[in-house]
Amino acid sequence: MEITTRSLWTLIHGMGFGALYLLACSGALVELYRRYAPAAGDVISACDESFLRIYLVVMAALAWLTVLTGAYIIYPWYRAVPPAGTTNLTAFPQRLLMANPSTVAWHSLGMEWKEHVAWLAPISMTMAAGVMMQYGRDLKKHPQLRAVVLSFMWISLLAAGVAGFFGAMLNKNAPVEGGPTIRLMHGE
Amino acid sequence: MAGAVTEKNPTGANSASASLSNGPGAAAVLAAGIGAFMVGLFAVLADKSAAIKSLMVFSKPTGPLSGVTTTAIVVWLTAWAVLHVRWRSKTVALGTINVAALLLLALGLLLTFPPLEQFPN
Repeated sequence: MEITTRSLWTLIHGMGFGALYLLACSGALVELYRRYAPAAGDVISACDESFLRIYLVVMAALAWLTVLTGAYIIYPWYRAVPPAGTTNLTAFPQRLLMANPSTVAWHSLGMEWKEHVAWLAPISMTMAAGVMMQYGRDLKKHPQLRAVVLSFMWISLLAAGVAGFFGAMLNKNAPVEGGPTIRLMHGE
Repeated sequence: MAGAVTEKNPTGANSASASLSNGPGAAAVLAAGIGAFMVGLFAVLADKSAAIKSLMVFSKPTGPLSGVTTTAIVVWLTAWAVLHVRWRSKTVALGTINVAALLLLALGLLLTFPPLEQFPN
């Protein structure tokens, strides 16, 4: 069982950072919606407050790791220009997609949207983490602030979802492959 | 947005206090809206103008995306810092600021959508 270096980085970017961010989003939304509502009866302990602070900071870090690995490690491999006369475009995913009318929209719509919209997630989540760091359990006393933070978090989930969906579909239609091969396991 | 500032927090409370004003939160929210809008705006500008597209190539392997996002991040963080300093001990009209921030966020989201980003090409 082998995997190429580029494929491994794609996995780290998408399945590691990106998917973990998407999973974590639902937990943060539920916690902030349920526990920090002004009408919520239960008292938020210092431990719970610290937990959500750390949780949101980790989420913001995950979002940044996702977009930075995507933009600066994987995207250059994706958009690499083949030398003149190249007929096998397997190592040039963008050109491979653009060479076929049935796949060109995965680039012109999918990648063009994904590469920009994904950045709304770290911006939104860093704001949410920053607000939580400053206000902590006092956020219960600022319902308008809590509501707008929740709205930004929903948009960050949407942005990450769009990026994740197109990332998966792009990699299905034109995988980012190449580089040294890593042998994970010997077959029998 | 200066008119949205209604009163100064009389306590001058620090961040750990229960009476923390809404100013620092409003600064973070509005700055995030500005940052999101800037991502969309710079993406459109780089798409429309070859000169701007060329200027936005901060990292050659990544291309204009590197400049679009780095510039948006710089604007966002600068806006956050400036607004935070101005509003850190103030109570502001959060409703108005929330609407502005959400509008900017929605615009940012729309401007990144390729059919709109490339309109009317």
